[in-house]
Amino acid sequence: MTEPKDNPSKPISVLVPAGSLGAGVREDEVAYGIAKGAMVIASDAGSTDSGAAYLALGISKNNRQSVKRDLEIMMKQAWAAGIPIVIGTSGQAGGDKNLDWTRDIAVEIARELGIRPKIALLRSELDKATVKAKNAAGRIRPLAPLGALDDATIDACDHIVAALGPEPYIAALDAGADIILGGRTTDTAVIASYALWKGAPAGPSWHAGKIAECGAQCTEKVEEGAGVLLRIDRDSFEVEPLSTANRCTPHSVSAHMLYENSDPFRLVEPGGVLDVIASRYAQIDPRTVKVTGSVWEPKPYTMKLEGASSGRFQTVMLVGIQDPVVLNNLDAFHDRMLGVLYDRVHKAVGEAARDFHLSLRLYGWNAVSGDKVPAGTPAPREVGVLFVATADTQEMATQIAKACNPYFFHMYMPEHEEMPSYGFAFTPADIERGPVYEFRLNHVVECDDPMELVRTEWVDLALEEAA
Amino acid sequence: MATVNEVCRLVRSKNAGPYWVTVDFFFKDAESYARYARSPALGGDTFARLFGADPALVKYFPVDSLHVLKVSYPRTSPQGGEVERDMHCGQQYVRLLDIELD
Repeated sequence: MTEPKDNPSKPISVLVPAGSLGAGVREDEVAYGIAKGAMVIASDAGSTDSGAAYLALGISKNNRQSVKRDLEIMMKQAWAAGIPIVIGTSGQAGGDKNLDWTRDIAVEIARELGIRPKIALLRSELDKATVKAKNAAGRIRPLAPLGALDDATIDACDHIVAALGPEPYIAALDAGADIILGGRTTDTAVIASYALWKGAPAGPSWHAGKIAECGAQCTEKVEEGAGVLLRIDRDSFEVEPLSTANRCTPHSVSAHMLYENSDPFRLVEPGGVLDVIASRYAQIDPRTVKVTGSVWEPKPYTMKLEGASSGRFQTVMLVGIQDPVVLNNLDAFHDRMLGVLYDRVHKAVGEAARDFHLSLRLYGWNAVSGDKVPAGTPAPREVGVLFVATADTQEMATQIAKACNPYFFHMYMPEHEEMPSYGFAFTPADIERGPVYEFRLNHVVECDDPMELVRTEWVDLALEEAA
Repeated sequence: MATVNEVCRLVRSKNAGPYWVTVDFFFKDAESYARYARSPALGGDTFARLFGADPALVKYFPVDSLHVLKVSYPRTSPQGGEVERDMHCGQQYVRLLDIELD
């Protein structure tokens, strides 16, 4: 399905079926978008939002069946319509393991549907030697609030990815890909890639990508429908919900620039900055908004790095408490228990516990902030107390939890006439939570060539079947 | 004496990558926006006091067309660390609601 680049004489229509692959693509919405002339289906499949575990472990946040269901709807309809599919940040984090997981699902669907797509895999995971060499060459810069990168931090990461721009997608479209599964990619780039390939102007293409990156999030009724249809023209773009019961308004579209974005006007992307400060949003029919004035400023090519590590280990316990003696004096209860538990670990485990950490979070009181509650706040009906022990090994975290168990379960307050027993939810009471996963990088890498850090692989089912 | 909660129709907070939090104050109308969006009570010191942010790094983006003030600040510890209590920072806005603006 390779087509030559040209100056588009008609708008480029991009169907974004959902905010993320696996979030719930709707068959009728995809059919609507294709009937309206969609030329490509584009979606991201992940984000850093849910934390570093998914990159560190190479696993998806979504269950396999949800991703398979969404991808199957897309593949069935795209194949019938003869249009490509582009997916960014495969498998939640876009590392090689996340990408392999998504590839296997796509191949399984193709076999079940009896179709033979040519699938491109765009790998953006970096080995540590490459990152160290780039760093040694002075080509890696920190972003606030982090400082300069050192080798120890690189070594601490389990996986490192660089967020791709549109260029590898464009190259794969040029090479005739039916399905492109990308590693970590900026949400904006994956959605903008097809329009850029077709020669659409950069400002509207990138801005359309940003507006549609969360699917129907840019619509008036976010719960009403999953996706949107973009039409990118010479100096503007339009956005329309895929659900006919929903609408876009200038407010719903422009407000999306605020969402999960530290700067609402200027968005740094690989190879440039999208500037929307002069953008105008107009209602052109009851359901559609047209956006003009979006500007792309080309800059030296950079890619954002993400690295995740697994750190120390945690074991948790949970009790529920309705005892009024505790509820009427929760801050004192918290402080007393924390002191008792630290003493207990020092005595029962001793030096072997090393620099362990204990945390008690009073759900129903102040667990989310940890701040002191204003004086005079009425006692709640009950609280849940989450105990979190952090230590160098899982075994030690659990030994610490077990040492704390009798006190966490039975600790007296001065007003207690007999030994209280708080409400455990489980047996055994201690739950091994695994390691703490953290992002370690907030840096960009400078590239002379957008393809420099990308590895493209092909799974061509047509060839395989013919052989 | 007007509080954030009284002059905004919506306040929300969310992670913006693993190292930043962003807060959007949607003011009720043009008048509230004009009067309160630049209130010193929403200055860097407030974000330092409530969230431990370095006041020099707190960023302000008034969005006139939407009557929105966006404030972005760095997290004191990266998302998901040992002491994490709000992975997506979606609850952090609540501590701003009672701030008095004049």
